[in-house]
Amino acid sequence: MAAETLDAILERRGSDRDQLVEVLQDVQEADGYVSEAAMRQVSERLDVPLIEVYRVASFYSAFSLAPRGKHVLTVCMGTACHVRGAPALLDEVAARLEIGEGGTTDDGLFTVERVNCLGACALGPVVVVDGVYHDHMTPAKLRKLIRSLQDAERKELLDA
Amino acid sequence: MPSLASLEALSEMRQEVRGRFASVKTTLTICGGTGCQASGAASAIDALREGLRQRGLSETVHLRVTGCQGFCEQGPVLVVEPGDLLYCHVRPDDVDEILTRTVAEGEVIDRLLYRDPVTGEVVRTEPEIPFYRAQDRALLGGNRRLNPQSIDDYIAADGYAALGKVLAGMAPDAVIAEVRAAGLRGRGGGGFPTGDKWAACRAADGDPKYVICNADEGDPGAYMDRSILEGNPHSVLEGMVIAAYAVGASHGYIYVRKEYPLAVEHARQAVEQAREHGLLGANILGSGFAFDVEVARGGGAFVCGESTALMASLEGKVGEPRAKDVHTVREGLRGRPTVLNNVETLANVPRIVSQGAASFAAKGTAGSKGTKIFALTGRVRNTGLVEVAMGTSLRTIVYDIGGGAADGRTIKAVQTGGPSGGCLPERLFDLPVDYETLAEAGSMVGSGGMVVMDDHTCMVDVAKYFLEFLQGESCGKCVPCRLGIDRMLEILTDVSEGRGRPEQLDLLEELADTVATTSLCALGKTAPNPVLSTLKYFRDEYDAHINEGRCPAGVCKSLVTFTIDPEKCAGCGACLRACPSQAITGTSKQPHAIDPDQCTRCGICRQECRFDAIQVA
Repeated sequence: MAAETLDAILERRGSDRDQLVEVLQDVQEADGYVSEAAMRQVSERLDVPLIEVYRVASFYSAFSLAPRGKHVLTVCMGTACHVRGAPALLDEVAARLEIGEGGTTDDGLFTVERVNCLGACALGPVVVVDGVYHDHMTPAKLRKLIRSLQDAERKELLDA
Repeated sequence: MPSLASLEALSEMRQEVRGRFASVKTTLTICGGTGCQASGAASAIDALREGLRQRGLSETVHLRVTGCQGFCEQGPVLVVEPGDLLYCHVRPDDVDEILTRTVAEGEVIDRLLYRDPVTGEVVRTEPEIPFYRAQDRALLGGNRRLNPQSIDDYIAADGYAALGKVLAGMAPDAVIAEVRAAGLRGRGGGGFPTGDKWAACRAADGDPKYVICNADEGDPGAYMDRSILEGNPHSVLEGMVIAAYAVGASHGYIYVRKEYPLAVEHARQAVEQAREHGLLGANILGSGFAFDVEVARGGGAFVCGESTALMASLEGKVGEPRAKDVHTVREGLRGRPTVLNNVETLANVPRIVSQGAASFAAKGTAGSKGTKIFALTGRVRNTGLVEVAMGTSLRTIVYDIGGGAADGRTIKAVQTGGPSGGCLPERLFDLPVDYETLAEAGSMVGSGGMVVMDDHTCMVDVAKYFLEFLQGESCGKCVPCRLGIDRMLEILTDVSEGRGRPEQLDLLEELADTVATTSLCALGKTAPNPVLSTLKYFRDEYDAHINEGRCPAGVCKSLVTFTIDPEKCAGCGACLRACPSQAITGTSKQPHAIDPDQCTRCGICRQECRFDAIQVA
């Protein structure tokens, strides 16, 4: 990550080692993932051994250690979503994008993540696409959503 | 904004804000919580704002965007005051008509009213709706009356009056005595008496002391803490300041899940506003009492609901729990005395202080006082947040408030307490919901998740679901939890895939006992509950999987085959288009068929079919 970004983060957070999780949260937010280079920088600046930074970064599900796709599909697998058919949504994604949970398509356009619960249980199953919540999801609705994103990408490519 | 340097200044501000609100003729209250935003509230809110501006009504009609009001299924929900007219599923297209007919002319738009799905009866106001009628929304009701992003709204609604009362002359011990007398117990799952916890922390040596608000609501299927922090963040903050005063703490944290972006945002705003107003900081309301709060985002680890793991996480470390031979009230965050309370627990505190312990304790049962918010979800008609007095029966919650089964199915169980709780069968629905009763029945109140299950839910699959969840969330520090859950999951996988043997169930029970007895923290100690409760109440389903190779609910993929009933199939082709493995063939308007060799049993066709023609055997 850019040194200035980390500077700005540390200026806000201070360089106390207590701030490790919060600093990594900020890095994740700024870059979309926590790269090895970022972990090295954080390790140096907070004076925390690199192995400990890695341990923390790999422990919490909030951190992604690889770059994510342009579009992130988050499928909620909470109990309420589960009993209303959320597993079929992961099947649907697997069939349409040929990736499983945590996977990113080869073209870098889509990443699929599962989340334990988004707290929108009354509206389950819930899928979040690029930060927008979609309620009462069905495989058919998800299919349409994926197709519209793919169409938009194709159009963008042709227009370029 | 001037800092409030004294109690009088707080009262003056309250009068001033109320005076400003007095000119308002009509208030439109629209829910902007996470649930309603998912249902499109943001664009409806924009349309309302724009519509009011165009009509020059911005001064006389107050648009109040609130946090979650709980009736998520009907969202976005709009209430018109005076009159408490309630509109459901409000779309941007409806806004013009609402402003023209209802606001200007006082007419009711029938199309937007709530319609009872059973009787077809149309209902005009909130209290008449069965979902609300059987509730006691002492805490949650507050969400409707304020914009969570406005400290003015909170103060106008008597906010921070409890803090004022405390600072004006209650000794810390008197505050603790009041909370004890109220009988408030931890709402996060533990059920530990809050007053006792505070007293122990107050008595502990060490400086500084900390107060932490646990908003790391990790139980899947529970979202009451999200709704309170999102919808009424100042009530939580006020509870924290009172707790800090009672125990002598100078610093606090709100540890909130990153998965709740709106709650994080509202908590941060509330902290800023409280600081600006002198309700947090060096000299709160001129009393000399100092306390400040920071908001920290949780990293998405269920185990951080455990107090010692949460504190490790706040110290920037991996969220691993430690043995609690020395309790966190004595040695908690950074080795200092720490009070950790859940969001709902803290939000109850201002009410107890203002209205007195007796009014709180008047509701509930002998051992469980007050009201509790539950997240009613799953296969039930009215999903949403439900607040009832402790001791209300499961039947009242699931049937009277929840409206019973969705889609004409038969309800067979309710899962309470999340991954630490259990599944209770329909025949036990007359049990009162309180800490002791649910624990005796093999489940727990937990943080308040209630997931309703019907005949389309397989109890073996549910037990397996929770073990998979816990396997992923076990921090791995202690052996019984790390390996025990693995082994239990292996057995359940065998059962769900048709390889199960009767004697494996004995081993399962033995493993469950070992994991429960010997794990380090509550995650492991309670991990067997979903397994044990389903074994206890739904043994017949396990037996059907093992002895007959059959999944009665038609969920376990290895044990079912999908076919199409030619009598019911209309040949619409929806399933054919939906099938990800091209296993369905057929021509238009003729019955279709599924090729069992191609079929992956994902169940997508069953969800897709509008004629109930997909048979699972």
